[in-house]
Amino acid sequence: MKRLITICVLIITLQALPAFAQGGQGIKEIPYDSIPNFLKLPPNLYMGEGIGVARDSKGHVYAYTRSGATRLFEFDDKGNFVREIASGSYAMEMAHGVRVDPQDNIWIVDEGTNMVVKYTPEGRAALILGRRPDPFDGVPTNAVFAVNTNPPLPYRFDRPTDIAFDSAGNFFVSDGYGNSRVAKYDKNGRFLKTTGSRGSAPGQLNTPHSIQTDAKGNVYVADRGNNRIQVYDNDLNLIKSITGIGSPWAVCITPGPHQYLYSSNSSPESNNSAQMATSGEIYKMELDGTILGKFGKGGKMAGEFSTTHAMDCRNENELLIGEITSWRIQKIILKPGAAGSAK
Amino acid sequence: MKRRTLVLFGLILMQAAVPTLQYDAVDFLKPTPSVSVGEVAGVATNSKGHLLVYTRTGSLNVTVGTARAFGHGPSRLLEFDQNGKLVNEFGEGLYALTYAQSVRVDRQDNIWIVDQYSNMVVKFDPEGRVLLTFGRRPETASSVTANVGAGAARGGAAPAAGAAGARGGAAAPAGPPRGSEIPAPPAGRGGAPAQTAAAPRGGGRGNPGAGTAGDSFNRPTDVAWDAAGNIFITDGFGTNSRILKMDKNGRFVKTFGSTGSENGQLNKPASIAIDTKGDVYVADKGNNRIQVFNNDGVFKTQFTNVGTPSAICISPGAHQYLFSSNSNDPDNLDHGEIYKMELDGTILGKFGTAGHSLKEFGTVNALDCPSENTLFVGELLNWRVQKVTLRK
Repeated sequence: MKRLITICVLIITLQALPAFAQGGQGIKEIPYDSIPNFLKLPPNLYMGEGIGVARDSKGHVYAYTRSGATRLFEFDDKGNFVREIASGSYAMEMAHGVRVDPQDNIWIVDEGTNMVVKYTPEGRAALILGRRPDPFDGVPTNAVFAVNTNPPLPYRFDRPTDIAFDSAGNFFVSDGYGNSRVAKYDKNGRFLKTTGSRGSAPGQLNTPHSIQTDAKGNVYVADRGNNRIQVYDNDLNLIKSITGIGSPWAVCITPGPHQYLYSSNSSPESNNSAQMATSGEIYKMELDGTILGKFGKGGKMAGEFSTTHAMDCRNENELLIGEITSWRIQKIILKPGAAGSAK
Repeated sequence: MKRRTLVLFGLILMQAAVPTLQYDAVDFLKPTPSVSVGEVAGVATNSKGHLLVYTRTGSLNVTVGTARAFGHGPSRLLEFDQNGKLVNEFGEGLYALTYAQSVRVDRQDNIWIVDQYSNMVVKFDPEGRVLLTFGRRPETASSVTANVGAGAARGGAAPAAGAAGARGGAAAPAGPPRGSEIPAPPAGRGGAPAQTAAAPRGGGRGNPGAGTAGDSFNRPTDVAWDAAGNIFITDGFGTNSRILKMDKNGRFVKTFGSTGSENGQLNKPASIAIDTKGDVYVADKGNNRIQVFNNDGVFKTQFTNVGTPSAICISPGAHQYLFSSNSNDPDNLDHGEIYKMELDGTILGKFGTAGHSLKEFGTVNALDCPSENTLFVGELLNWRVQKVTLRK
């Protein structure tokens, strides 16, 4: 009840002072704690870059990490290591995203192989989309940040970034660094639709980096290079654009009857301490883009964020934050009640 | 009689009425926690009903050495029992196992693999000992790095960019050691690798292993034998377009075929099978036909009404049947059906369509048909072997 009042107050405040929100000033700071060393790895097993993180319905944590090799680790809800999934997989080269669908299947998105793979809860590859390039195509040496200006092919990704699911089992792939589009597939992996091209006009994309859906099936795309979240309906028609939140690197939407949207304005250049004072904060929003508050800043200490790359918010006030640098996944406990008390 | 009438009827309707065969399928391989099966390039059953699977898995790595780069591939050759349980692995770390293309089992249960990247065909005995090798693995990774900067996949990447190096090797199919920030292999830098490009320059010799004489393969694709044990190898997806015939001891007999679309010419021969009379059936993929040669390589006939044949097999027994897969391109889910034919090319029926679900096929690269109604279907896209049973 108290929280609701707080939020109502915030909404009223923000609506009264929209200029403040747009300027990033006057946004409530949400108090929070960081749980250090939440994930416990066995000896001689290491996290690398904390690229992807997602929880399943049991609270198990999946970390898709760029370690010595790109690997997918599973931990229990206490952070104890459970197992590695699909070690040595043909699809795993350069981790980019991991998400868990409503049936607890685990999906990885790999931008080094252009592949999306669905694993059953038992860890078996159940749907494979995209294809690792034929080595005889050669090594594209200037591939990083190269943009594909040709119309994207339905089933060929170009460095895809993330995946989201709707309640019908359709899924949406943000694709990505090479292509600049969002593609929709049915639950059997058949192509349905694509939208987007490279640019900054409404509906165009510049590195769609993260993607989520809400309970109605609307699609939220972190349009990183354009400093906005673009929102589409389930048929990928553009509804609106959310700005004033910096450069969205990672987004997540909470479950439940009242859903919230989190977005991270991650420090743009990896491990660049000079940028950390002016970036790194994470915004909490209503689905309509109304900013409810923000927390955190760039940095290497516990509770700071060094280029957040993925967020899990299955629990509204207990987030898992994967950071590229610092090689960790932090558990963050938000204390929104304290936000209302004028500390 | 009924079938013959049906077939005639079908021919009259110009294949519009090819009967659809009813079938069941199971995802044959049981989970393999210790091995991550990737693209299933080859499947073959032996006399015990065990299934050999040659799969592209792990990462093809390029390492840096003296004046050139070296390719290392992790394709694996696995044996599953008749229930689909993994029971054995052959050739772990073997020099030839790099980019899987095919596996076949001969009448004596010897296992033969065909590898595109190493340009090699290797014969193992049933216990996995190497008995014969054909072709030679190139000394450099030039078949990969020669294309550096060509930008084939992206259009417009300048050749001069060859020395730039992919930061972190992110999108490179054959990147540097994983997790490393070492730039991509120095192809094009320092000159040496670029000068040993795969395509021979101005009639030069090219790389070891490239060419058409003897068993100098260029991305070979498949192998088959006649009753006398003569060996026929399709070669291949590279610049060769020919079939190499050798005797059972690996001695050169002849080579036939050249690049083109005329009778007897080939364009990406993908798969090969031989009937009990010794006639040779070749999936001439690039020409959308199956060509039939006699045992001496003389063109006999062709079948042009089965789409793009990418994998073929011939069933054993007194009455043999020919199966051919019109596999979908990896970029779409079009067609994908498998045809059942008489050896004279008469189509008896077809089944299946491209897709990811069970009973659908994702870019079939291999067929094995231990009986006329049982097929093992190896898929590139779905990392899967389906055991298909045609209903009688």
